[in-house]
Amino acid sequence: MSETLHLPVLRFGRPYESLDRLRFNVDGQAIEVSLANSGLIRRDLKLIPEAVRRLQAIPSAKLADAMEKAADLFLTGNLPWGLGDRLQSPDDYVAVLSQLTGMPLSLGRLNMGKVHAAMANIRAVMGGLTRGMSFDLFDKGFIRQDGLDVNFFPQTDSLGVLLPSNSPGVNSLWLPALVMKIPVVLKPGREDPITPYRLVQAMIAAGFPAEAFGFYPTSHDGGDALLFGTGRAIAFGSDATVRKYAPYRHIQVHGSGRSKVLFGDDFADDWRKHLGVVVQSIASNGGRSCINASAVLISRHGAELADALAKELAAIVPRARTDPQAVLCGFANPAVARGINERIDELLQTPGAEDVTARYRQGPRMIEAHGQTFLQPTLIACSDPTHPLANTEYMFPFASVLQVPQAEMIGTIGESLVVSAITHDRDWTIDLMTSTNIERLNIGPYPTNRVQWEQPHEGNLFEFLYRRRALQGDLVAAG
Amino acid sequence: MSSTLTVPQAQAALDAWTREMIAWHFSPATGCDYWLSWAQQAGWNPLKEVTCFADLMRFDHFDDEVLRKEQPERFVPKAYANRPYNIFETGGTTGMPKQRVGWDDYKVDYEEFSDHYGPDFFPKGTNWLMVGPTGPRRLRLAIEHLANYRGGSCYFVDLDPRWVKRLIAMGEGAMARKYQEHVIDQAATIIRHRNIQCIFTTPRLLENLAERMSLVQAGIKAVFAGGTTMTPQYVRFVVEEVLEGKINFAPTYGNTLMGLAISRKLKPEDKYSLTYYAPQPRATLRIVHPDRPNELMPYGEYGRVELTTMTREFFVPRFLERDEAIRRPPCDEFPWDGVGDVRPFQSLTKTIIEGVY
Repeated sequence: MSETLHLPVLRFGRPYESLDRLRFNVDGQAIEVSLANSGLIRRDLKLIPEAVRRLQAIPSAKLADAMEKAADLFLTGNLPWGLGDRLQSPDDYVAVLSQLTGMPLSLGRLNMGKVHAAMANIRAVMGGLTRGMSFDLFDKGFIRQDGLDVNFFPQTDSLGVLLPSNSPGVNSLWLPALVMKIPVVLKPGREDPITPYRLVQAMIAAGFPAEAFGFYPTSHDGGDALLFGTGRAIAFGSDATVRKYAPYRHIQVHGSGRSKVLFGDDFADDWRKHLGVVVQSIASNGGRSCINASAVLISRHGAELADALAKELAAIVPRARTDPQAVLCGFANPAVARGINERIDELLQTPGAEDVTARYRQGPRMIEAHGQTFLQPTLIACSDPTHPLANTEYMFPFASVLQVPQAEMIGTIGESLVVSAITHDRDWTIDLMTSTNIERLNIGPYPTNRVQWEQPHEGNLFEFLYRRRALQGDLVAAG
Repeated sequence: MSSTLTVPQAQAALDAWTREMIAWHFSPATGCDYWLSWAQQAGWNPLKEVTCFADLMRFDHFDDEVLRKEQPERFVPKAYANRPYNIFETGGTTGMPKQRVGWDDYKVDYEEFSDHYGPDFFPKGTNWLMVGPTGPRRLRLAIEHLANYRGGSCYFVDLDPRWVKRLIAMGEGAMARKYQEHVIDQAATIIRHRNIQCIFTTPRLLENLAERMSLVQAGIKAVFAGGTTMTPQYVRFVVEEVLEGKINFAPTYGNTLMGLAISRKLKPEDKYSLTYYAPQPRATLRIVHPDRPNELMPYGEYGRVELTTMTREFFVPRFLERDEAIRRPPCDEFPWDGVGDVRPFQSLTKTIIEGVY
């Protein structure tokens, strides 16, 4: 067995080996992750002004160049791997990620590609967030646009991010903050400390100042220190996380996505043609993302749609993590899988819901296979939109099908991160666009996980971090 | 000042003290109503059957609920009948707190603590600041006595832990944080405007205070802390960063029923893992099996903390604390067992509101 790998805390440029550690064993390789105590994080937040100075010294456009370079390093480079001289290859990264999170190697690589693309497309992403404003804005504080001086100022000197472990792709959300010259303070998810660590290493190697990054594996208490000690913060988590942090305006909370596919009346009879879009919406990335659909609404043919979807989903079976065809993720903690499975069975006791996948599935929903615990895809037909399984999200391919008149759909869906409305109905499209419940809207037969770099995901990071101020007068001094 | 006894001598002293205390608490001339009434119904006679500390195993585990239910005067030994007593409380976040009576025990404990550290650790003749739970707690009088005993005075900033715990239980985290800030504001003001060199506080408040100012630059020379769990990493953080490696640090473990357990001096090989030693023979700590509390745990293993307190003022046999710790062997400073890395009992499986103040 090789020497223990130690992932340190990164204290704005200074690696720190804590005495509190999280220990993993990955294929005989012992990995330890240093855990920061909350007081240590609070003290380090005093280093942020220096972090800001370091970022300010580099033109934003150069930071964008560095991000593009970091994209390639993240995807293909050998990067520092813990304390000492060890380097992590892309294959090492994917293998450890897979072992820690239960994600198949194929999905790990896919996610790596997603994050790489978010970095490589940083200029398009920034253009989308700022609506085309020049990078000069972050260097000078203002730009001249359409004959008007436009001044934006940072609302915070740092961005705290409480990351989840469900999918590495989520890391792409905080990356643009660095190009906007806002240092980041990261709390990685328990099972995936390695993605943000590799990203930070790639960015430092590409030219970002090491002082711009705080990396703090820590407890809930430490997470709170980070969220309440930064001027702007993003927290990912469960509905309980949302309830806890919702009262705080400086914290943007992302709980369950409850994303949905809606069939308009104009497409309802053609549902079969778009089955692939729906299956992709439900099952891509192992159903682990908040942008995976967890409900499908259609005004007629509900039973046929549910049956056909169930058949397709039941064909997605557990495979070994090394199988290139693998789609499903095992659960790193089998108790979580057991809890979800028992909860679904319990809620199925409430009349009005049927597990349609049970007709086609091989074996029970929860099974042990290839050395892991899996939950097999599950499609529930609900006759009542208020059924407890009708609008629920779980961390595997799980969705409900509801038959609801089109006119009632917008009122039925509740808060939804992504809605793919398969329709060309102009009036209904306008209703959808004015709905306050939808964070991200796809019009037409597009899967919920569709990414367009120019569009913001889960809120506009630029608008979260910067605010416009009226600016008039003699700007000669400002250059 | 370390104990001069060997391990066998300390054991013999404990056995002799046990006999003396049993004679005191179970003799009608000196004992209290509670224990004398208990003895009448016990079915065995401690006066005859307890000849050494090991014989205390005949007692069941003390149920501290009686300190909630019974009137405190039932615990007044006859020998103290003519002396007004202090009432000290613990618990009480909701409902009736637990109460114990006392006279001089806290003075004895804190004088012993003071003597252990000698004249320079907490510079003699300097002033103290206590930031933490005062109110009906033994600690408040104890810290003031300690300051006075060492020739100084003590300033106080109160924190009501019952209210903090309630705020957190009610989901009022923001208000709890504001209250904590209010406490730290007051403490920082006192430190800036008065000549303070020694502090008693909880670890969490110490951290918060050091986030406001450099305690070294503020002239603080020594800190005495206790009250919540301190992991090795936490201790290291306090020593290296909060106290900047320049301020003396005395971590302790204690409560109203026991008094004060002093931590042995940290050595590099301890890797910041604390070990506390009870003020034996007045109090004894044993680490017992969580499911079979009659069995001692082997050295180096976690178990539940069992406390026996035997002073002339108070008798508590075999009380199972809500803490667990590692059983540690005697050391040069204390020739009896110690308890290491104390943390809330079953803290790895339960959610516990701790370390909030």
